[in-house]
Amino acid sequence: MTTTTDEGVDGAKRASGAPPKKPTKRQRQAAGIADAASGGLGLMLVKIVSLGLVDAIALYALFVLVVNDEWLIAAIVAVVAIFVNWVYFSRKRLPAKYLTPGVIFLVIFQIFVLIYTSYVGFTNYGTGHNGSKEQAVGALMSAALDRVPDSPTYPVAVVDRLGELSLVVTGPNGGVFIGGEERPLEPASGAQMENGVAVGVDGYTTLSFQEIVARTDEITELAVPFSDDPNEGALRTPDGRSAYQYTSSLEYDEAAGTMTNLDTGVVYTDIGTGAFTSDAGDELLPGWQITVGFDNYLKALTDTRLSGPLAYVTTWTFAFAAISVASTFFLGLFLAIVFNDMRMRGRKLYRTVLILPYAVPSFLSALVWAGMMNESFGFINQVLLGGASVPWLTDPVMAKVSVLLVNLWLGFPYMFLVCTGALQSIPDEVVEAATVDGARPWGIFRLIKLPLLLVTVAPLLIASFAFNFNNFNIIYMLTNGGPRDTGAPIPVGYTDILITMVYKVAFTGQTRDYGLASAYSILIFIVVAVISIIAFRRTKALEELN
Amino acid sequence: MKVNKKGLLAGGAIAIGATLVLAGCAGGDTETDDSDATAEGGSLTVWVDSERVDALQGAADAYSEETGITVELVGKDNNTIKDDFIQQVPTGEGPDITMGAHDWLGELSTNGVVAPLELGDSADGYLPVAINAATYDGTVYMLPYAVENIAVLRNADIVPEAVGSFDEMIAAGEDAGLDQPFVVEQGAEGNPYHLYPFQTAFGAPVFGSDENGYNADDLQLGNDGGQEFAAWLSTEGKNGTGNFNTDIDGDIAKQSFLDGDSAFWLTGPWNVGSAIDAGINVAIDPIPSPTSDAAQPFAGVKGFFLSSESENKVAANDFLVNYLGSEDVQLALFEAGNILPALTAAAETASSDPIIEGFATVGQDAVPMPAIPAMGSVWQYWGIAEASIINGEDPSATWTKLAEDVQSAIDG
Repeated sequence: MTTTTDEGVDGAKRASGAPPKKPTKRQRQAAGIADAASGGLGLMLVKIVSLGLVDAIALYALFVLVVNDEWLIAAIVAVVAIFVNWVYFSRKRLPAKYLTPGVIFLVIFQIFVLIYTSYVGFTNYGTGHNGSKEQAVGALMSAALDRVPDSPTYPVAVVDRLGELSLVVTGPNGGVFIGGEERPLEPASGAQMENGVAVGVDGYTTLSFQEIVARTDEITELAVPFSDDPNEGALRTPDGRSAYQYTSSLEYDEAAGTMTNLDTGVVYTDIGTGAFTSDAGDELLPGWQITVGFDNYLKALTDTRLSGPLAYVTTWTFAFAAISVASTFFLGLFLAIVFNDMRMRGRKLYRTVLILPYAVPSFLSALVWAGMMNESFGFINQVLLGGASVPWLTDPVMAKVSVLLVNLWLGFPYMFLVCTGALQSIPDEVVEAATVDGARPWGIFRLIKLPLLLVTVAPLLIASFAFNFNNFNIIYMLTNGGPRDTGAPIPVGYTDILITMVYKVAFTGQTRDYGLASAYSILIFIVVAVISIIAFRRTKALEELN
Repeated sequence: MKVNKKGLLAGGAIAIGATLVLAGCAGGDTETDDSDATAEGGSLTVWVDSERVDALQGAADAYSEETGITVELVGKDNNTIKDDFIQQVPTGEGPDITMGAHDWLGELSTNGVVAPLELGDSADGYLPVAINAATYDGTVYMLPYAVENIAVLRNADIVPEAVGSFDEMIAAGEDAGLDQPFVVEQGAEGNPYHLYPFQTAFGAPVFGSDENGYNADDLQLGNDGGQEFAAWLSTEGKNGTGNFNTDIDGDIAKQSFLDGDSAFWLTGPWNVGSAIDAGINVAIDPIPSPTSDAAQPFAGVKGFFLSSESENKVAANDFLVNYLGSEDVQLALFEAGNILPALTAAAETASSDPIIEGFATVGQDAVPMPAIPAMGSVWQYWGIAEASIINGEDPSATWTKLAEDVQSAIDG
């Protein structure tokens, strides 16, 4: 794409009648590409090689995906690859050739993320509801295995006959027993001993450690009944070398969908809430993921513990974003006007200095500011204010002021840059004409410069509003939302904005709720989108000024 | 016409990029999927804190050589390792084993991503606090390798002798002419972990415990001892002696001790290195108690968890219990991390170092940090309540509200 512009510049030069010079390197490159483009054969080759690469990678991806049984993604990759080939091998379809790459990126990085987030917003995904039902049952059953108190460690050998595994067990008194799945232990004859431990039995093949590892699944499943009495439990070997006697405190009935606690007799039923629940309402965790419809949205808006803080955090979020945009814009504009004055000396130096806050990563600056605003030890109180104790970050009101101040410091250079550019693009003739007509500087600014400026800057102000609306860095690094509102039942503070509150509600502490967090994200997305649409419509009115 | 074909060139390049991205995603599946490898002789994927990869590499290689099972160590950022584990295990893409801390246990177990471990007879070889911490709801889920607790670092050049009680400590520092004899990190939201020893000295643990470990139904936080502790904290706060200050965060506390402005610093073994590097003559003392009872810090136990979805459970169990649980490997990990090994025999060897011995002595009084999920409901209110007491709020009312908030959060 850049070559096109180069050519444009080149053409303009030639048109303006500049004397022909020796072509520069870039010009030669551009000419080369142009030749290739018109030549056909070279380009065809490049095209075939590029598409060949794309197809090779797509094939590899398909192979990997199919091996992993990811059929849906494999189908999507195949369709996209065929589409790309179709578009670029065709002689027509010029717009598609431009649009395809962009659309692919749009789908991967924007639309997919949005759809996936809204999907999670309709599930109960979070702590305790992390995987599938099958996994939850497996985890519950393995956790329910209790080693029989004071039972000994049994050295075992894993043996095989006709593909069926058995355990050869050496008892504490030196007796050798053998048993398998559903075949209780019985005395074994013809044991091969080594150091007092049975390592094999006649008629069976002893598995080597490698073979044991290769048949992990069978061995972890293998439970050898200790005797005919099921209450005595079963022997299991976690590592293929030693076995222990376990009893289980849970029984799973797949047909009825129930878990029964064998110690207490309590029956836990799958009642469709994503966890086995007893009649008394106790849940067995882990549960599993289910779709819960609009529950997360209802909870966010109607649960009194969440909706109260949600209301005042929302108010502050709007105030924070609006004040931040206004303050940075007006300071940036003011400085841009001042430094745009030709009479000012050393403008370049001043401008460079003013850009500095913009050059430092914002979360780093926020941390430095947090240190400087420390009440007892901070630079501002200790050095600038001579030992005063201004509660910059610990008083609810002062903390809000501090956040706005630091954000002003971080944000004005951007506005300064933008306004400088926009001011310089206003033709001097306009101002001159106004001056000739007798307009005063304030009038020129208010009636001519500002409207012209806003045409350029208004979309950026909207973008800036949207950015500040979700300005996680500054809040998280400067105050972490604090000072905390000790009256609120959730860990929310006086400077929390929506995005940091969502983060705290969903991700801090040991109880995560990704479903609720996704629902919040979608709500925030809707708010920002609506504001942006309204604001962009309004800026169209400004454009009509031109 | 020219433009058209150049657009095509650029388009081709982007398409390659896009497909690479797709292929990259797909490639990720194969790396961690070890179903193919199992058939050939087995492989284990182990997630390790990036700083400890080198320490474990020798052990991993030796195990591979001995058994023919490939052990692949993946260095992970310690801050994200737990969340990544919880999210990836159900998808079948997680590791077989992960390194972690015992207080993750409640969360890991509630999410069903860890499998029980059977330590067998080797359980007796570990420090009792380590086994205690590795046990959740009566079942062992973690192979412990290190025990960590806080203690008081004393600048022996300023105060040459160990002190008895909290008041003696402050007096000793003041005699040496220090404005702030003792520092401990707090920060705006408080730091209950570092205040806990003092709280236990007043007889107020967070939860009562029974034979299965901590009991979430028995919240002890708000008992009479808790009230006494709150009152004491208030007198030592902003409106009192100023020994506790929420403006002191980790960095300020550290700087104060390193500059010699404070003689006592309540912190963990992770800060000893920088104190020694700064040329401070460091001694490790038990935590001076404000009462006649011992000040018991939390013990944090580090260890390894086995994934519930591991397809190599036998090899993983063998690697953990029979190999990582050996004295040599525990000592190798100790040398990398410089914290007390969890295996008693290794711990005794390591205690020849006076710093380690100092922390180990304090650790004998330590109690394992509760791993039950109810603890999550405690953390979110605890620090903030302590911070506001330090800053002059009414201790009794604040502490009562803390206990009520925690209880209602636990009850849901």
